[in-house]
Amino acid sequence: MPENQKQSIHTKQDASAQAGASQKGVMGWVEDRFNLGGMKSFITHKQVPLHRHSLWYYLGGMTLFFFVVQVTTGILLLFYYRPSAESAFESVQFIMTEVRFGWLIRSIHSWSANLMVAGAFLHLFSVFFMKAYRKPREMTWVSGVIMLFLAMGFGFSGYLLPWNELAFFATKVGTEIVAVVPLVGKALMEFLRGGEDVTGATLTRFFAIHVAILPAIFVSLLGFHLMVVQVQGMSVPPGVEKKEKSLRYMPFFPNFLLRDLLGWIIALGCLVAIAALFPWELGVKADPFASAPAGIKPEWYFVFMFQTLKYIPARLWIVDGEIVGVLGFGLIAAAVIFVPFIHKKTDHPKTNRIFNLIGVIAIIYIIVISAISYMSVE
Amino acid sequence: MAKKETPTGAQESKKAGDQITLSRRKLINILLGSGIATTFGAVLFPIINFLIPPRIREAVQSSVVAGKVGELQPNSGKIFKFGRKPGILVMNQQGEYRAFSAVCTHLECTVQYRSDFKHIWCACHNGHFDLAGKNISGPPPRPLEAFKVDIKGEDIIVSKNL
Ligand code: HEM
Ligand code: FES
Repeated sequence: MPENQKQSIHTKQDASAQAGASQKGVMGWVEDRFNLGGMKSFITHKQVPLHRHSLWYYLGGMTLFFFVVQVTTGILLLFYYRPSAESAFESVQFIMTEVRFGWLIRSIHSWSANLMVAGAFLHLFSVFFMKAYRKPREMTWVSGVIMLFLAMGFGFSGYLLPWNELAFFATKVGTEIVAVVPLVGKALMEFLRGGEDVTGATLTRFFAIHVAILPAIFVSLLGFHLMVVQVQGMSVPPGVEKKEKSLRYMPFFPNFLLRDLLGWIIALGCLVAIAALFPWELGVKADPFASAPAGIKPEWYFVFMFQTLKYIPARLWIVDGEIVGVLGFGLIAAAVIFVPFIHKKTDHPKTNRIFNLIGVIAIIYIIVISAISYMSVE
Repeated sequence: MAKKETPTGAQESKKAGDQITLSRRKLINILLGSGIATTFGAVLFPIINFLIPPRIREAVQSSVVAGKVGELQPNSGKIFKFGRKPGILVMNQQGEYRAFSAVCTHLECTVQYRSDFKHIWCACHNGHFDLAGKNISGPPPRPLEAFKVDIKGEDIIVSKNL
């Protein structure tokens, strides 16, 4: 019996070796040693459905592109950036004035950060309206929403790193809001700040979070997200599914990927143009013993929350208005994560309409409130 | 030989030693599980403690020289360092000194004196405080902490009200 087994293994190996021998070149060499067939079918089995909403399928890939730009430029910045209250501002100044293309790399990192968050927001909304989160893709949605929150965390932590006045006070206000949370708030705030106040300790903490912790978590989630998309394929919106009897498809590899690539090249061109035409400003160095300047605003993707907090009265009945606001946003964030488990009856046109309405209201609210905040000059 | 022994052994344990083998397996699982959990905890404990910021011991400063006599004009103000926090020293129109913590009671921005308003103002969310430190408009929920001002020779000394 063992003798038999050995032999069967031998014949198999010989067979594959012979099959491989017919291939020449590098691919043949690799194929000889590793079975690429599985990987090839993993890559090529996915088909992208073609319909009038297909354009939205590009948004995820676009967000991914901006993330790759962030990792690349971020690692470059690490060569010169020094994370301490004494030297951070000066090191960014050095990057912008002395290092060759330093101004461009920093400007691209800042612009692409905003485009990445914008891309993630748009991607989320498009997936929301196409109901792509319905079974079996619940966890794809969950991982995606968490990645959007992490992207906002990247933005918040990165914002402080140049240690300028605007960022210093924005971080002070942003972390102070955390302290509003009942029971754990104060401890959480001190944990984020690395002490009671925003100091150099906060800067080193945010630095570690920005360049090590968030990237590690983000990349694992991203791996999961991309893997399930590849395994499960693209979902077809319910409306399209019903109307069209026979859908046309395009192979993901290489057809769709080549279109992705074209989009990325265009995006890269636009990104470099914006970054060069509107270089990201540095401002003045943070001084913990100076008065806060006017015009302290968080980054645009936090503005709608920030402005909402202003509208909530200081006291609501017996509770602090700010607590209600912060907990309210916490609840909304949780609800967004759990959308696939809240909205299960996706074959009901009525519930679909209700959820679409919620999505539209959310978009209008975010845009209007942010616009009001930007127009009100104080 | 090996073929024969395994099935009989398995059958035996099913017949007579059912309870014993099960609880033995359970015991091993519990031991293994708790061993892994303890190791995990032993690794996590120092990590979590490492991340909690250490308390910085600071000499409790109850008073500080905030400025020199003659430095401020009536209807003006300046920020001074009080320990690790900023304070604000104001000279009102009558030429009297007032001192407060410059940490806004809303979200901790540093306030400033606005000579056009003739009172203290916080730029972050448009908070206003009068010259008694009272929050008179905007989001700040409480008055600014007030300090005592004394003049000793050339020095303007600000101290905490204990
Ligand atoms: C592995 C990935 C990353 C690394 C190593 C990295 C590294 C850095 C470094 C060293 C800085 C400080 C230099 C400077 O301020 O110009 C910085 C700033 C910043 N980062 Fe990142 N980053 C990464 C990913 C991201 C991502 C994904 C985002 C946003 C979605 C982001 C957003 C920002 C922002 C907004 C700043 C402030 C830019 C400025 O005003 O200068 N970063 N990053
Ligand atoms: S921090 Fe002063 S008004 Fe908000």
